[in-house]
Amino acid sequence: MRRRIGTAIAQAWWAFLGLLGLDRPRWQRLPRRTRRAVKALVWVTIGLLLVWGGGVWQWSALAIAAVVLVLVVPSYDRITIRGRRIGRFIVPGFVLALAIAYPYYASLNGSVNPGMPQLPIFGPLPQMSTMVGMAVFTMMALGLNFVVGYAGLLDLGYVAFYAMGSYTAGWFASSQFGHQNLYLGAIGVTPGLTGFHFSIWLVLIMAGIATAVIGVIIGLPTLRLRGDYLAIVTLGFGEIMPQIARNGDNLFGTGFNLTNGTGGITPIDPPGFGNWIGHHLHLPANYLTLGTNSDRAFFWTALVLVLLTIFTSARLRDSRLGRAWIAIREDEVAAAAMGIPLMRTKTWAYATGAFFGGVAGAYYASYTGAAFPDSFFFNISVFILCMVILGGMGNIWGVIFGACFLEYLDKEGLANIGAWLNTHFGPGGSNFQIWHKPLDVPLYEFGIFGLILVIVMLFRPEGLIPSSRRAAEFHEGVHDQPLYDAAA
Amino acid sequence: MVEPLLQTYSLRKEFGGLVAVDDVDFTVPEAGIVSLIGPNGAGKTTFFNMLTGVYKPTAGAIVFAGEQMTGRPPHAYTERGIGRTFQNIRLFQNMTALENVLVGMHTRLKGNLFEAIARTPRVRHEEKDARVRARELLEFSGLRRKDNEIGRNLSYGDQRRLEVARALATQPKLLLLDEPTAGMNPQETAEFTGFVSRLRTERNLTVLLIEHDMRVVMGVSDRVTVLDYGEKIAEGSPGEIQKNERVIEAYLGTAAVTTS
Repeated sequence: MRRRIGTAIAQAWWAFLGLLGLDRPRWQRLPRRTRRAVKALVWVTIGLLLVWGGGVWQWSALAIAAVVLVLVVPSYDRITIRGRRIGRFIVPGFVLALAIAYPYYASLNGSVNPGMPQLPIFGPLPQMSTMVGMAVFTMMALGLNFVVGYAGLLDLGYVAFYAMGSYTAGWFASSQFGHQNLYLGAIGVTPGLTGFHFSIWLVLIMAGIATAVIGVIIGLPTLRLRGDYLAIVTLGFGEIMPQIARNGDNLFGTGFNLTNGTGGITPIDPPGFGNWIGHHLHLPANYLTLGTNSDRAFFWTALVLVLLTIFTSARLRDSRLGRAWIAIREDEVAAAAMGIPLMRTKTWAYATGAFFGGVAGAYYASYTGAAFPDSFFFNISVFILCMVILGGMGNIWGVIFGACFLEYLDKEGLANIGAWLNTHFGPGGSNFQIWHKPLDVPLYEFGIFGLILVIVMLFRPEGLIPSSRRAAEFHEGVHDQPLYDAAA
Repeated sequence: MVEPLLQTYSLRKEFGGLVAVDDVDFTVPEAGIVSLIGPNGAGKTTFFNMLTGVYKPTAGAIVFAGEQMTGRPPHAYTERGIGRTFQNIRLFQNMTALENVLVGMHTRLKGNLFEAIARTPRVRHEEKDARVRARELLEFSGLRRKDNEIGRNLSYGDQRRLEVARALATQPKLLLLDEPTAGMNPQETAEFTGFVSRLRTERNLTVLLIEHDMRVVMGVSDRVTVLDYGEKIAEGSPGEIQKNERVIEAYLGTAAVTTS
């Protein structure tokens, strides 16, 4: 089936090129850049035709298509200034500039900018709260990418780190521990409030470190295992953590309330810089007092955290440790024979991944102002793993794309698509009515994600934006080779 | 007498009831080329895997450069100076030749996680140095201008060479080569034999070789040890081994000895 569809697409492609007077050898003689440009042009045209044929034409589609072409077609890689290859920063820099400017555009006094263009099918551009979620999940996906993408260890319990981060924020920035009062640069705390109240910046670091420590503790017994066994054990830890959160209001029957059980910990202090720094550096003293514009501040802060994560990812990937991770992924026995201490190196991957998961969790807890055990189900682990796989394991840009896209679908996209489907094909539909009761698309969220994953694994197992290494791996099936020859 | 570089004392490995290596005493002198031969299934690779820590011996001891190594993990062996190649090539197939060699340098580099994130001047210099040395090693191993070639795209002979280059990058005192000429044609084999001799003369390395090709073994070895059914049945210079009755018996059967 897959192969037949693949051949059909290929045949259509060559037939199309034939119309242009290009046969296969001539096409392959063209420079790579030209080939890429033609491909991008064809895809964009197909996309625009679909939009137009679907009767959802909007001029914004053309603008988006133009932006995509400008970014994809020229190869900026070769641009250098005084020998420094700045070209490779052009596309990321452009995306970053868009992200920084977006809040000004998207939110007007806290509500959606009425003048914003609508996308075909997807409807309005994402709201600020969705953008914050996208940034936080990007951070988590990048954290998981250290473990899954770089070191090749399948971790099905990443939600444990998210939970740990959230609860660390809960412990050190709320009134959870009422019998102790300790303030450390906390924001928005009225005098007389009980409990630990640390500055969120401190809490973020503490959450990262605490989660990394948990990562090491979980890692030490489990990382001796290989492949499937590791996945199963991490799955177990992923289940243990929310259970502890759920039942932690009476820890070991001692009456010690660690997590406040199903009630969760709330409210958690918001971020902020305090009055003094806020006044002198023009930074918000307390994000919540920004009122309707607080989501902007939350988003920009999340963006900074994401940038730090990207920076760390890129630096580590090109370092001695990153090489060791990739070597372990490729061949454990050979890596050990090259002097790489397997346990220690894997544990570092785990701890690094956990660190970012913890920071993201703490930040998200501070954003939502709460940590509830119900937010840490197994499906979050799978959700984050899907982001990594969809985008392209081991590739930073791929993972970012996967995280943003899936989180967007989760928060808004599916609902918007559902609304569009219902108005066009549902009851009272303007075009023609196919079903007679409104369809609740977000209800089928995980089914849809599953379908996306199946399609991606069949047609593009290396992910949408793969790392060059991974692409080769998946298509040739290196990992299918037996591992026993060193033992033979 | 000079202390040998590597010594094993009645090294033994059992897999369930099967004795794969049966109390082998074995020495490798410094700066020598020693070969380990034996019919298929004689326990050569098992023995090799014990010498690199992949297997834990059932009994016996391994002493390398005066240090007790028995039971330590593989990376400890590499750290002390035992480098190896594999019988079935085990390159990092999707890394470039240069990266493969850089991975080999892992134990000789120091940059840790935090230094790597901050990219301190020390790490930057170290990385630069490492790249220069890696290129030198590739050149020494006959892989000039192949640095950015992905491992899997190299020709078979080049993959073998890259494996050696990667092993050399660990800065070994003792290099273990597990059937390095398997699957090579006679010309490639001859080239490779020359390369192994160069390792000793130019790099002052000690080499332990598992080999099936008798021309290679007899050509380069100072000493040959023969294993059969996990037991050491003979040891000596290539000339002696060629005349040894037990060896001929092991390779060709009893009939060969009685008729000759």
